[in-house]
Amino acid sequence: MTAHDPQQAARPNTPTTTYLYDNYDTAFVRERVAEFREQVRRRLEGATTEEEFRPFRLMNGLYLQLHAYMLRVAIPYGTLTARQMRSLADIADKWDKGYGHFTTRQNLQFNWPKLVDVPDILEALAEVEMHAIQTSGNCIRNVTADHFSGVAADEYEDPRPTAEFLRQWSSLHSEFSFLPRKFKIAVSGAAQDRAAVKVHDIGLRVVAGPGGEPGYEVYVGGGLGRSPFVGKVVREFLPREDLLAYLEAILRVYNRFGRRDNKYKARIKILVHETGLDQIRAEVEAEFAAMDRTPFAHDAEEFARIAAFFAPPPYETLPAQSEALQSAKRENPAFAAFAEVNVSAHKIDGYAIVTVSLKPTGGIPGDATSAQMRVLADASEKFGFGELRVSHEQNIVLPHVKKDDLFALWRMLDAAGLATANVGLLTDIISCPGLDYCSLATARSIPIAQAISRRFKDEERQREIGRLGIKISGCINACGHHHVGAIGVLGLEKKGQESYQITLGGDPSLSASVGELLGPGVGADQVADVIEHIVDFYLSERQGEERFIDTWRRLGHARFKDVLRREGENGADI
Amino acid sequence: MALLKNPQILIASDLRDGEALFLGADGWARDHKSAAVARDSQEAAALEARGKGEIAANRVVDVYLADVGLEADGSPTPLHYREKMRIKGPSVRPDLGKQARAAQSGDAK
Ligand code: HEM
Ligand code: SF4
Repeated sequence: MTAHDPQQAARPNTPTTTYLYDNYDTAFVRERVAEFREQVRRRLEGATTEEEFRPFRLMNGLYLQLHAYMLRVAIPYGTLTARQMRSLADIADKWDKGYGHFTTRQNLQFNWPKLVDVPDILEALAEVEMHAIQTSGNCIRNVTADHFSGVAADEYEDPRPTAEFLRQWSSLHSEFSFLPRKFKIAVSGAAQDRAAVKVHDIGLRVVAGPGGEPGYEVYVGGGLGRSPFVGKVVREFLPREDLLAYLEAILRVYNRFGRRDNKYKARIKILVHETGLDQIRAEVEAEFAAMDRTPFAHDAEEFARIAAFFAPPPYETLPAQSEALQSAKRENPAFAAFAEVNVSAHKIDGYAIVTVSLKPTGGIPGDATSAQMRVLADASEKFGFGELRVSHEQNIVLPHVKKDDLFALWRMLDAAGLATANVGLLTDIISCPGLDYCSLATARSIPIAQAISRRFKDEERQREIGRLGIKISGCINACGHHHVGAIGVLGLEKKGQESYQITLGGDPSLSASVGELLGPGVGADQVADVIEHIVDFYLSERQGEERFIDTWRRLGHARFKDVLRREGENGADI
Repeated sequence: MALLKNPQILIASDLRDGEALFLGADGWARDHKSAAVARDSQEAAALEARGKGEIAANRVVDVYLADVGLEADGSPTPLHYREKMRIKGPSVRPDLGKQARAAQSGDAK
């Protein structure tokens, strides 16, 4: 069966462009659901203690938060079918509170499941080939990928076959279920990095080798959390046939030397930082040379089988330009703005990639109601071969829309409150759940995002400001990626109050950098003011088309710090 | 017995649905106003001991003492903003959590 199964394709607009479970996967997931049902039953009967049950619960993506449990559902490499999206909407209605939260790890979180219902939810997920395995615990987590995989104009190779290949290798790898700490892998295959590969434990970029053959540039030791690091190149070119063996070697070195004594030092980034890249590289290469590589020999046939699932959908042959699009833009300025901001170049003539923002003015970043999920599913079937993507920016992508259909799609999205034209702009804010839901939080993050979003709601002003990523975390764990926000906001507690540190100059892309602290924390109601001052300063200083991050890099920390100092003189608590 | 710096109540999460619960005179309450208040370390230890029993009985998880202030009518209100959140629900969704139920029924119990 291929991704665009002819049987499925025979039904108009309902292909399934994703990896389909084989019998082995199906049996595995079913078994896990049955196992967890039994574990929940025993827990509710009192046959097991929380200590005994907790690891099982986490292995199945179930956390305990401030007001309820939370279930984290994996969306491997961010690809979803319309059918899967509808099933998520149904789950939200039947067992949760009518909405879901799309996260920076290409997951969906349900915030209100009851323990007793979770086995039924997992079963409903399994029906549509989804699960919550490896979304928690010290294992190799859900492998993430560029959300424009397979369609980006700047792509060399679709990274999803690699991601799926790695998922299969890591899923059942018993040795790696109990790593010193969780382990995150991201894969990208394009010139531009949209998967933040440099802030993952391992980042892979599919690149061409000396003979033009596909292989990988391998980064290691990136990560956020309390000590952020930008990943370093451990291997400039890794031939494809060595992929599993080489990653195995990295994992073994990590497993051997990674610190288990201190949870905060247990990530591979600390090992790389403390041991030094050259030493780690030497260890990895030595392990790679010495190990028995037979079990990890590249199975080209299997790779090709997986790759076939991601074959392109049956595109029509179309002219590169669309008259219909041009005239709709002329007639409707709101649509023209959407087309300018939320639409990206597709590799096939006549098609476009549409990013649907889940950041309406004053909204909760990443939240979608079940009704909106159904609209997105319908829209994808009507206009995009039934396929959707989840981006780590907490937005939804329709990866193959005909340019001729963009206006009709926009109208459909607009009617559902899904046409905010702010993708990549200031109000396209990444925010973790923070203290509104998360039991680890030291401060709220969503209300800060909402205040900024309201303050900068004027879309014309946002376009004038240009690309600027604001990222907010509610504690030092950095789930909201604040370290790599051009403007990062970190919520902490100071003297019994919520207090917010602001960092500037973070960048998640290939030119990755970690943001620098601007100064002491400010109160919740001052964050939007401070950001406004920073933005005004940038606008007054920028040269030509300079992006915020470039102006920051040119002017440096001290000049920007003055802004906060001036703000302080006006009465801010800093 | 040593007086506590602040009075305390015992908070936990319901094993079945994860909702925040407060230990009262006759068991767990969903409304913090019904929580039993410990004023000295002996009373606090007694609450904790009951909490341990409740964990052992598999009714609750994640049990801890939280500082409170007392209202004019003697009912406790958490002092820290984290627990202030827990007695209501997400501040960004007043339609969800305990606050929603309180708004609907006029009674948070
Ligand atoms: C119950 C809620 C959550 C818990 C308990 C939790 C826990 C944690 C912890 C403990 C860390 C630090 C890990 C380390 O440095 O070793 C972390 C990091 C992270 N989490 Fe979460 N998190 C939660 C929600 C989320 C959400 C909603 C997202 C996505 C929006 C997310 C994505 C991430 C990311 C991207 C990182 C940092 C990247 C890295 O691993 O270096 N988490 N989380
Ligand atoms: S950053 Fe902290 S507050 Fe935010 S989701 Fe992660 S653990 Fe929770």
